[in-house]
This record gives sequence, structure tokens and C-alpha cells, in this order.
Amino acid sequence: MAPWLLGFFAWTLGPMVFSAGLVFTEWELLTPIRWIGTANFTALAGDGLFARSLYNTAYFTFLAVPLQLTVALLAAMVLNLPIRGVGFYRAVFYVPSITPQVASVILWVWIFNPEYGLANAVVQAVGLPRQLWMLDPELVKPVFIFMSLWGVGNQMVIFLAGLQGVPESLIEAAQLDGASAWQRVRHITLPMISPVIFFNLIIGIIGSFQVFTTAFLATGGGPNYASLFYVLYLYQSAFQFLRMGYASALAWILFAIIMAFTLLQFRFADRWVYYEGTLRR
Amino acid sequence: MSVRADRTGIAVQRLLAVRRTRRIRNLFWQLGWQVALLACCTVLLAPLAWLVSTSLKETGSEFEFPPRWIPNPVTWGNYPEAMTALPFHLFFRNTMLVELGAVTGTLVTASLVAFAFARLRYPGRDFWFTVLISTMMLPGIVTLVPHYVIFKTLGWVDTLLPLTVPAWFGGGAFNVFLIRQFFMTIPLEFDEAARVDGASSFWIYARILVPLSRPVLITVGILSFVHHWNAFLEPLIYLNSTVNLTMAVGLRLFRNQFTGEWNLMMAAATTMVVPIIVLFIFAQRYFTRGIVLTGLAGR
Repeated sequence: MAPWLLGFFAWTLGPMVFSAGLVFTEWELLTPIRWIGTANFTALAGDGLFARSLYNTAYFTFLAVPLQLTVALLAAMVLNLPIRGVGFYRAVFYVPSITPQVASVILWVWIFNPEYGLANAVVQAVGLPRQLWMLDPELVKPVFIFMSLWGVGNQMVIFLAGLQGVPESLIEAAQLDGASAWQRVRHITLPMISPVIFFNLIIGIIGSFQVFTTAFLATGGGPNYASLFYVLYLYQSAFQFLRMGYASALAWILFAIIMAFTLLQFRFADRWVYYEGTLRR
Repeated sequence: MSVRADRTGIAVQRLLAVRRTRRIRNLFWQLGWQVALLACCTVLLAPLAWLVSTSLKETGSEFEFPPRWIPNPVTWGNYPEAMTALPFHLFFRNTMLVELGAVTGTLVTASLVAFAFARLRYPGRDFWFTVLISTMMLPGIVTLVPHYVIFKTLGWVDTLLPLTVPAWFGGGAFNVFLIRQFFMTIPLEFDEAARVDGASSFWIYARILVPLSRPVLITVGILSFVHHWNAFLEPLIYLNSTVNLTMAVGLRLFRNQFTGEWNLMMAAATTMVVPIIVLFIFAQRYFTRGIVLTGLAGR
């Protein structure tokens, strides 16, 4: 079995080391690799697009992830009730999340088409003014966040699994003690599923920092760089401008940011994540 | 006597009345949720309905405003037109080749690695398992450039190899983890009994663990099928010529070449969505089982 493991680690570890080396080079694939020390990082510090893409990505992540978790959790709680035909509803809520992203992005571009799109028809029917949506630098990120909310089915099912692990007896006991519905959710359900919330939070943040396909297909980063997300900029640096060293530097900075966030969350986790069978510190 | 009987009668009547109001309240509760959920479903499915609706509209009529939900006339011809405008039969063939190579690779190697973690004993095993788990949290983007360089040097760019061969190296940490968790639930006594009879490790893997793990293997197979069907960034980087594209990047090319022809574009997109939804309808429990196992990984 060892060869499999070796191959497996060579596939991840080797390239990572290689990429770490590339950070200090200038390389356009066809030109020879040139050692330039930390010049890539000095260039990054003065690169307005780098700062812009970082801002856009942070904006997206910090709005999209909490909203996604809230929507997914609410949906999961409703679909955990003894409602007739709940299996059917769960399936319908899940379907958007398996829709191939290329197809769904193209579909959303059509829906948010400023001239003939469905979105403007809806907005007009309610009596609000028409919008440019993805062509509006102010609106493009909120529209992307909205699109991401359509696909929270995955997180919802994870929450559902967590909710079904909450012992019925605890909730009944609280009910007998006269706890209101809100108190039961706040003091029993939420603490009991906090590990699942934590899991979804970590995975959600890692995923959102790497958002790519939506912006690449829908706007190409526009209008006026308002949807230039970090990985999109990385992709452009590497495969359109062929700046491999620069792209590697971008990749490692993203890596550092994501790791920092993940560690930070693990740091604070014991304040609010409750694992059954362990004592709170 | 009769007084007591009366009292019992009253008590029973009261009880029935309470039950009746409870049943009525329950009925309203059910009804309220049904209405609310049906409304939610309509909203959630509206984009997909719009996808299909646009794909059936006659050229030009998709620009009607305010939009019309039911196409008139229903133009099925959009589908063959879209499919032949670009070689979608090649895109489909390429995608299926990737699926064949990648899903097989994932199943074979992920289960072998999982076996090594679940059943074999060797120094450093637990350390390597921790490493494996932490790679799940690695942003895949860090290795994007070096991977590209490797395939470029191998001369594999613009072939399907970069999309299939990596699956043969462990098949992804998450899949290994999923299968290993399942292997752990299979009693060790089975292995020991086989060993007493002189079975090798590989025999135990192939004849005991794999047959008993069919559910999780089907789950991993389906999840990786969907993953490779939807994959976009890798094929985008590695494939250039039109004849080598997969469905996902082929659809992107279609969008770039036929800008504004929304009805044809939606027809092409529909052909990419429908197989996944059909697969979901038939294998729903395998989809959710994988996710449920993921969620429990968080505990």
C-alpha cells in the first residue's frame, strides 16, 4: 500500500514545494526561470488589482457565508419538522446545489439580463425600478451572493444530519420545563449542532475565498473590476499573462490567509462549539 | 353509581374535545407549512423552469418583454440545432472518457489507501492520517500552477490525461476519509478469521472489505461522477482544441460563440443539467448519504 501513499503525497507535497520556490522567480513558461528574490511581493504590495481582488473576495466571503449558513440552517430546521411529504421538499431544496455551475451561471446571466431578463420583470411587477444587475459595479457582488444562496442545499443537508442527531428527550425535557420554542432552539438545538455549524463555517469560508467560476463566466471580473475575485486574478496572472512566479506568490498569500482564518476559528471554537462527552473549558 | 358514570362520561367527552381541537390545530399547522413550502419550491425551481422554457422558444421570441413562461410555439428544434452548432457529441464522449478514467481511479485507489489506513499497521500511520485530513483543508489553488507545469512538461496539455490520471493517486483525501470511516465499522473479527485461514491482506481487502462496503463505494462513485461532470477550472486550463473539450468547457465555448442566442444556449445548458438531475432522482439516497457522512465528520 505504501506506493499509493507515496504517489499521493508526491502529488500534493512536491508541487507545493515547487510552488513555494516559484514564488521567488520570474517565469513566463517559455522563458528561462529567473531568480528575483522577493521582488514578486514588492510588486504585489503596489498592485492595485491585487488589493482590489482581495477586497472583493473578502466582501463576498463575509456577506455570503453568514447568509448561506442562516438560510441553510433555517431550511434544515423547517425540513426537520414532521411535515407530510418532507422528503420531496428536501429533494427540491437540494437540487439547485447539484446543478452544474457552468449551466447555472449562464442561466443566471440570462435571468439578470438588463434588457430581457426575468429579474427585471419581477422587479417591475413589484413596482421597483429596473436594474443593470451584473453590469452595475454596485450590484454585481450582491447579485453573486444571491446566486450563491440558491445553491445552499449541500450545507442544508449537513445541518439536517446534525439536527437529527439531537436527542428528542432533551427537547421534550425542556418543553416540560416550560421552555419556549425560541429558548429550545437557542439553548438546546444550537449548542448541540454547534460542531456541524463549525464544520460548515470552515468549509464555507475556504470555498468562498476560492470563488472563481461565477465571475469568470458571468462578468470576467467587471464591471470596472468590481467582481475581480482573488482566484480569478490568480488565473489571469498565470494563464493569460503567463506570470507563473507572480501567480505562485498570489497562491501562497491566499493559502496563508485561509490557513490563518481556519486556525483562528479553531482557536475560538472551544468558546462556542460543544462536543458531547467533553467538558467545557 | 350513575353520578360517577356521568362524571366519567364528561371526562371522556372533554378528552375527546381536547383531542379534536388538537387534531384541528395540527391540520392547520400542516396546511400552513404545505403552502409555505410549496411557495418556496416554486421560487427555487423557477430558474430551472425558466431554463427549460427559454430553451423551447422560437428564435426572437425569447426577447419578449414582459417575458412569457409558456413558449409559443414550442420549438424542440433548438436542441438538435444547438448540439450540432458545436460538436457536442464529442464533448459528451470526452466527458464520459474522463468519468470512466477518473471514477475508476478514485474508487480503486481511494479504497486501497483507506484500507491501508483502516487495517494495516505501520509506523507513522496516524501521523500520515492527520496529514491526509489536513490536506482536505488545503486550498486546491496553491498547486494549480505546479500541476500545470508538470503536465506541460509531460506533454499532456490538451489531452484528457491531466483530468484522469491524478484520480489514480489516492482519489482525493475526502474520499479516502469517507471509505476509511466505513471500513472502521466492519468488525475486525472478519479479518482475523480470514488470516487464520491464511488469507493475505489484499485478499481481505478484495474479498471482505470491498464487498461489504458497497453502499459507501457507490456514494463515492456518484459524488466523484458529479464532481467530474461539473468540473470547470481544470478542463479550462488543460484543454484547448474544440475536439478535446468536455461538456462544461464546451458549454462555455458555445456561450462565447453564440452570444445573444439565448434559446440555443439554454438548450445546450439543459442537456448538461438533465443527466445530473436524472441521476439524482434515481440515486437520491446515495447523494445524501455522502453528505450526511461529511457532516458527521464535523462532529
